[in-house]
Amino acid sequence: MMTVLKSETAPLQTEADLVRVRQTVRQWAIHQGFSLIDQTKVVTATSELARNTIVHGGGGTVELEALSTGSRRGLRLIFVDHGPGIPDLAQAMTDGYTTGEGLGLGLGGTKRLVTEFEITSQPGEGTRVCITKWK
Amino acid sequence: MERIPILQMEDVLLVTIQVDMHDKLALTLQDELTAYIVTARARGVLIDISALEIVDSFIGRVLSNIAAMARVLDAETVVVGMQPAVAITLVELGLSLTGVRTALNVEKGLAFLRAAPAQGGRHDDRPQV
Repeated sequence: MMTVLKSETAPLQTEADLVRVRQTVRQWAIHQGFSLIDQTKVVTATSELARNTIVHGGGGTVELEALSTGSRRGLRLIFVDHGPGIPDLAQAMTDGYTTGEGLGLGLGGTKRLVTEFEITSQPGEGTRVCITKWK
Repeated sequence: MERIPILQMEDVLLVTIQVDMHDKLALTLQDELTAYIVTARARGVLIDISALEIVDSFIGRVLSNIAAMARVLDAETVVVGMQPAVAITLVELGLSLTGVRTALNVEKGLAFLRAAPAQGGRHDDRPQV
C-alpha cells in the first residue's frame, strides 16, 4: 500500500519561487534516500516543469508528496497552472518542439528523467503535470 | 543586484558559477561576459560549473549562447568541472550544449585555450609587413 509521508504545496509565480522549489525538492529527495544521480534528475525535471508553469502557464503551484510503499520510497510532484493550456500534447512531447524561449526539450526530455509522467491540458483552462520518481 | 564575478587572467576570462542561478542572473552574466570579451580583448572564456548542482535546458541555452557570441567575437569558450551526475542528467534530458567545448577542470581548460587560439587569429596579431 502506498502512503503519503508528507505533503506541501508551494507557489510558482516568480523566479525566486523556482529557485526555492528546486532547493526544497533537493532536500526532500535527500530525505527520501535518493542517490546523487536521482536527486539531480528529479531536481532538473522540477526546474523544467516549474519554469513551464511560471513562463507558459502564467504561474501556478506545485504539490510535493513524499511517498512510501513500505519497501520503496518516492517523490511525487504535481504542477498545476490555469494558463492557456497546450492544444496539441503529442506535438508538445516531441523533442525539439518549442513555443518560446526554451530549447524545446522541456517535456519529452523531462519525461526521461522520471519514473512516471502524466500530463493533462485543456486549452483555455490550464495544464497539470504529475511526475513520480521512485528510488 | 547579485552578480557573478568575471576575472581576467591575461587574455582569458574566468567565471566561476557558485550560486543556484536565477534565470535573470544567467542572462545578466551572458550580457556582461559578451561586453567584457570586447573591452578586455579576450581570446578565451573559461566557465567553471563545478559548483552547479543542475544544468537544465535554460542554463544549457545560456552556455550555448555565450559560446556562440564569444566565437563571433573571436574568443573560444570552454566549460569545465561538470559534475558526473549533471552530465548523466544532461544526456538523458537530450541537451547537447551545441558549440560548447568542455574540459575536466580549470587546468585542462586553460591548457586547451592556450594551445588553440581562436581560428584565423586576429588582425592585430599578424606580423607587420
